[in-house]
Amino acid sequence: MDIKTSILLWIPLLPLFGAIVNGLFGRHFSRPLVSAIGCGTVGMAFVLGLVASADIFASNGEARLVQSVYAWITAGNISIQLSFLLDSLSVIMVLVVAGVSFLIHVYSTGYMRDDPSHARYFAYLNLFVFSMLVLVLGDNLPVLFVGWEGVGLCSYLLIGFWFEDPAKASAGKKAFIVNRIGDLGFLIGMFLLFGAVGSLSIDDLRAGTAQGLIAPGLATAACLFLFLGATGKSAQIPLYVWLPDAMAGPTPVSALIHAATMVTAGVYMIARLSFLFAISPTASAVVALVGGLTALIAATIGITQKDIKKVLAYSTVSQLGYMFVAVGVGAYFAGIFHLMTHAFFKACLFLGSGAVIHALSGVQDITKMGGLRKKLPWTYWTFLISTLAIAGFPPFAGFFSKDEILWKALSSTSHAPWASWVHLAAYGMGILAAAITSFYMFRLVFLTFHGKSRLDPSIHVHHEMKSMSYPLAVLAGLATVAGWVGASLFGIHSFADFLDPVVGAAQKTAVVMRDFAHNHSIEWAAAVGSVAVAFIGLGLAWLLYIKSPDTPWRLAERFRFTYRLVFNKYWVDEFYEAFIIRPIHAFSVFLWRIVDVVIIDGFGVNGPARLLKGIGHVGRRLQSGNVQAYAFWLFAGVAGALLYLALAVGVI
Amino acid sequence: MITLQHYLVLSAIVFSLGVAGVLLRRNALVILMSVELMLNAANLALLGFARQLGDTTGQSLALFVMTVAAAEAAVGLALVLALFRGRGTVNVDEVRSLRG
Repeated sequence: MDIKTSILLWIPLLPLFGAIVNGLFGRHFSRPLVSAIGCGTVGMAFVLGLVASADIFASNGEARLVQSVYAWITAGNISIQLSFLLDSLSVIMVLVVAGVSFLIHVYSTGYMRDDPSHARYFAYLNLFVFSMLVLVLGDNLPVLFVGWEGVGLCSYLLIGFWFEDPAKASAGKKAFIVNRIGDLGFLIGMFLLFGAVGSLSIDDLRAGTAQGLIAPGLATAACLFLFLGATGKSAQIPLYVWLPDAMAGPTPVSALIHAATMVTAGVYMIARLSFLFAISPTASAVVALVGGLTALIAATIGITQKDIKKVLAYSTVSQLGYMFVAVGVGAYFAGIFHLMTHAFFKACLFLGSGAVIHALSGVQDITKMGGLRKKLPWTYWTFLISTLAIAGFPPFAGFFSKDEILWKALSSTSHAPWASWVHLAAYGMGILAAAITSFYMFRLVFLTFHGKSRLDPSIHVHHEMKSMSYPLAVLAGLATVAGWVGASLFGIHSFADFLDPVVGAAQKTAVVMRDFAHNHSIEWAAAVGSVAVAFIGLGLAWLLYIKSPDTPWRLAERFRFTYRLVFNKYWVDEFYEAFIIRPIHAFSVFLWRIVDVVIIDGFGVNGPARLLKGIGHVGRRLQSGNVQAYAFWLFAGVAGALLYLALAVGVI
Repeated sequence: MITLQHYLVLSAIVFSLGVAGVLLRRNALVILMSVELMLNAANLALLGFARQLGDTTGQSLALFVMTVAAAEAAVGLALVLALFRGRGTVNVDEVRSLRG
């Protein structure tokens, strides 16, 4: 086997090895050794990813590597290989996942330095990287699904990492259960596809789609079920509610799992199956609308939150919405582009928030911060750069990727007659969300770093640690420059060209260009529009939080109902509690008290047992323990048998 | 003239005595002896049939029964001995710890 091909298996195996070693023996190791194993295995996985992708970079995305490890499931005409695929799409995912993971591992060595469960933390984190790499390298949907479930498990373990606190443990459970709902959709989608094509490998599905094995109605159903899975994993309406609660985990975990990597799995999955979504304009429209709506709703909630991590969590939900807009309007590469830039700047923002929380010994309320600019210079500058990136200011990365998405939504439509309205609506919600994003992000920056300090005087601000500042600097650097690989405004299309072998054909199937799509001046006008709304958001935030810091509270008083509506997250959690959880809970109690205890236990399990016990009670009298009694029954039996024989043959 | 009938009647009487001994006596040794009685009653019936039919198979079978009876007596006596050592009695009424 070619060396480059056999490398693929080792990319996920290395972090798994780290997880096993740290998980089983980490308690007996010194802290530096645990950190070294954790960071080292992920770093090596990144290097192996670079080595393996050399050919793909050299051929500008044309080359692909497939490594089939062994036949995993063989039953009848089902044959599922444990096999890995590295093409231009998975190259980007592997490098982003392993690279960002490595930086966050390094950061964690500082952030988790004093935690008693240091080794367990790194074991979970490595296990997460393993699962995520399996997810992005899987050559067929079952392997992808194993990774999909694995990251869900690690997410659960890490959200509830400080499980002594019941609130944190139940946040983990919430994430796990909400994801299960989505995963059911994913499974049904897989079954539908298997029923139509008879295989779940990506290549077979692609070929089956091309041969027309998947009827349009079936494709729509399968896509919608798969998208339900994506809404769970990637925190979209209606299943986004777990992500804000997931902030109960350690902040580096929020950065890695709940911002940069795991939550983007849904976007990756749709890009991976782009050929399928492309033949279903209905499903694509649903994806785009749900994405747009999520981007907008989550952004509005972000305005009112006071917890620094909650603001970033809603911002993540909102940015994921953009990615779904992109893959919904057929601009699959733009979705992956934003996924990549978002991974950089959002990881940086989360790690920055972690640095703030760490420096303030656990304070998360931004109304109790302020003026930290001087005390935490590294954090401030990297945070500011990432904020500029997420808000969409050129030349930072977020501007190019977000603008690409908005432009594609504006300039394209699909084959369905009503699709032009859908794309326009997605664009409208996107541009509105962009303005709000800029506003709440600068609100966050101003409240945290600017103005007068509102800190509790008893809090001593700790110094920044190098192990935490350097990853911030690297991520901020990436958040600055990464956008230029896809700066189509300036005629740079290298990112789109690189992904073209994987998603190009699907994009051509899905998209109908509007007549102005190639008009450069309109593209520039749209870009100026996006920058303008970013400036509006910035300006408003400056007015409200620097110029006259009292106004926000007066506005909140004035529009009391609206403020409470948004502050309480539109009461969605309460709505779910009342209309979904309570009925299910009541039904479960009925199942428990009546069906389980009375019917199953009473009649099914204990009933036969009681019957046998009664029979045994009679039967045990025979077992007197007296040998002569036994002998008597023996002789009586023999005598009885003889009597019967005699009667039968007619002797008597 | 001693006929088969005589043999069988005697055999039945001896067998019944054996059964009665096994069922009624309490001493384990006597029970063993009664078992021997039953075996020998069976032997007697075998020999009676062998003589009547002029076939020696019955006689050889009786020899086998004696051999087995010897072995059975050895095992039985060993059990009684062990019982006596363990419990200090050979009265089977007092040995009933296997009661259900």
